[in-house]
Amino acid sequence: MANLRPPLPRALRPKPKGPSEDNGHAPTGAREAVAEKGISAVDWVDERTSLSGGARWLMFRKIPRGTNWFYTLGSATLFAFLAQAVTGVILAMYYDPSATRAYESVRYITNEVFLGEFVRGMHKWGSTVMVILVFLHMGRTFFYGAYKYPRELNWVIGVVLLLLTLFMSFTGYLLPFDQRSFWATTVGVAINGTGPLVGPYLNDFLRAGPEFGTTTLARFYALHMLVLPGAIAAMIGAHLYLVARLGTTAPPWIKTDIDPELRKEDA
Amino acid sequence: MNAREKEAYLREYSILKSQGKPFFPYSVAKDGLMAVVVMASIIGMSLLFGAELGPKADPTTTTYTPRPEWYFFFLFEVLRVIKPPSLTPLASIGVPTICMILLFLLPFYDRGPERRPERRPIAMAAGLFTIAAMAFLTYEGAIAGSPNQVDMEAPAAVAAAGGETLRQWESGKQVVAQSGCLACHKIGHNGGVLGPDLTEIGSAASRASLARVLVNPTQPMPEYSALSESKRDDLVEFLAQLKTGSH
Repeated sequence: MANLRPPLPRALRPKPKGPSEDNGHAPTGAREAVAEKGISAVDWVDERTSLSGGARWLMFRKIPRGTNWFYTLGSATLFAFLAQAVTGVILAMYYDPSATRAYESVRYITNEVFLGEFVRGMHKWGSTVMVILVFLHMGRTFFYGAYKYPRELNWVIGVVLLLLTLFMSFTGYLLPFDQRSFWATTVGVAINGTGPLVGPYLNDFLRAGPEFGTTTLARFYALHMLVLPGAIAAMIGAHLYLVARLGTTAPPWIKTDIDPELRKEDA
Repeated sequence: MNAREKEAYLREYSILKSQGKPFFPYSVAKDGLMAVVVMASIIGMSLLFGAELGPKADPTTTTYTPRPEWYFFFLFEVLRVIKPPSLTPLASIGVPTICMILLFLLPFYDRGPERRPERRPIAMAAGLFTIAAMAFLTYEGAIAGSPNQVDMEAPAAVAAAGGETLRQWESGKQVVAQSGCLACHKIGHNGGVLGPDLTEIGSAASRASLARVLVNPTQPMPEYSALSESKRDDLVEFLAQLKTGSH
């Protein structure tokens, strides 16, 4: 009757012997001991999360032959986003989103903080780099026809990401609160206000009051550093899952070179 | 794509995929190198161009230059070239919204199985046209000059009168440029759309009422009482000359 019990869970089954143990001499050196500890640590995590399967699925999936350097534009955009996140966090440590102190805090970052202007420059120019990369990545997808079946949904997610990136740029532009950013954003918000139906409401929402001021700045700051990055991160997650799930396309001119005889048989 | 074409694509793709190399380490190495290039460009641009900080925002100021980030220039240019006020909502929201909807729905109206660029002439033409149009609009927006500039010749009557009248015209035009009127008002081909169009204001308002509005404006227009008496006179004179059909 014992045979009717469910099988032993995989994690509890005895492990097969390693090649060195087969040879009769157990690992003795310090290096082997450390390697053994590392493997058992990974095993411990894997036994509780089963992450190794997913990691293997993600990392060792095959990329079709013929992919070229244009296929790195997506990951380059992701990298630019991560760089923006890191420099943005550093800036947020010093920034003060109030109408009276915002400009002073940015001046402090620029002139007083160690490497402050450098980090602010990286954030400012990083946004330009990211926007360019988003457009190049989209161009590659368009010209290679990579938005077609079965990847339509990933194209839609990509357009959402493009919009979020542009909103990110729009909300970030106000934050230094100098003349340029203040008046450009005033005009930008007013342009939103001319839109049909939702225009005036959108205008009121963005301004957070009848006039541009502390509430506007606080609202833009919250959008810029909480709402939009969260949304972008979530969308990137979905985007990457679909990329891994469906696979990256091969360039459209790459064709399989299987034996024509085999094709004939197939038909 | 019908079921047959879908199947053909998926079969072809699975063969190409099986002939490829694993993501790690081959693609990861390429992506890593690209990440280094991206980081180097960001650091290089930061070191080269720095992070300029203009004067502090001042809502009461009378001289400012609203300029968006360069990748929004094309949007500004669309707004600038579509002149009639009734079409402004179309320019500001209509055109970009339509373009966005077209972009969103691309995979749903372009459903053909063909992926090779040379066999998708319509898609290629549309794509290249979009890129060219955006590049053109961005360039036009970039060279549109400072929004503080009035490109308008003196009307024939003013030019003929010469002397003091012409001097006041030129001086008033300069005051308009320096005072940031164009951020909201349109004069001729220049200026914004937030406030009333001033191109023909001389026919609609008297000198006295123009002067009154400058000192005691309706919100949100800023007050211009800080201008010197003579500058304000020149400004009023300039605006009064902007008559219907004078240019």
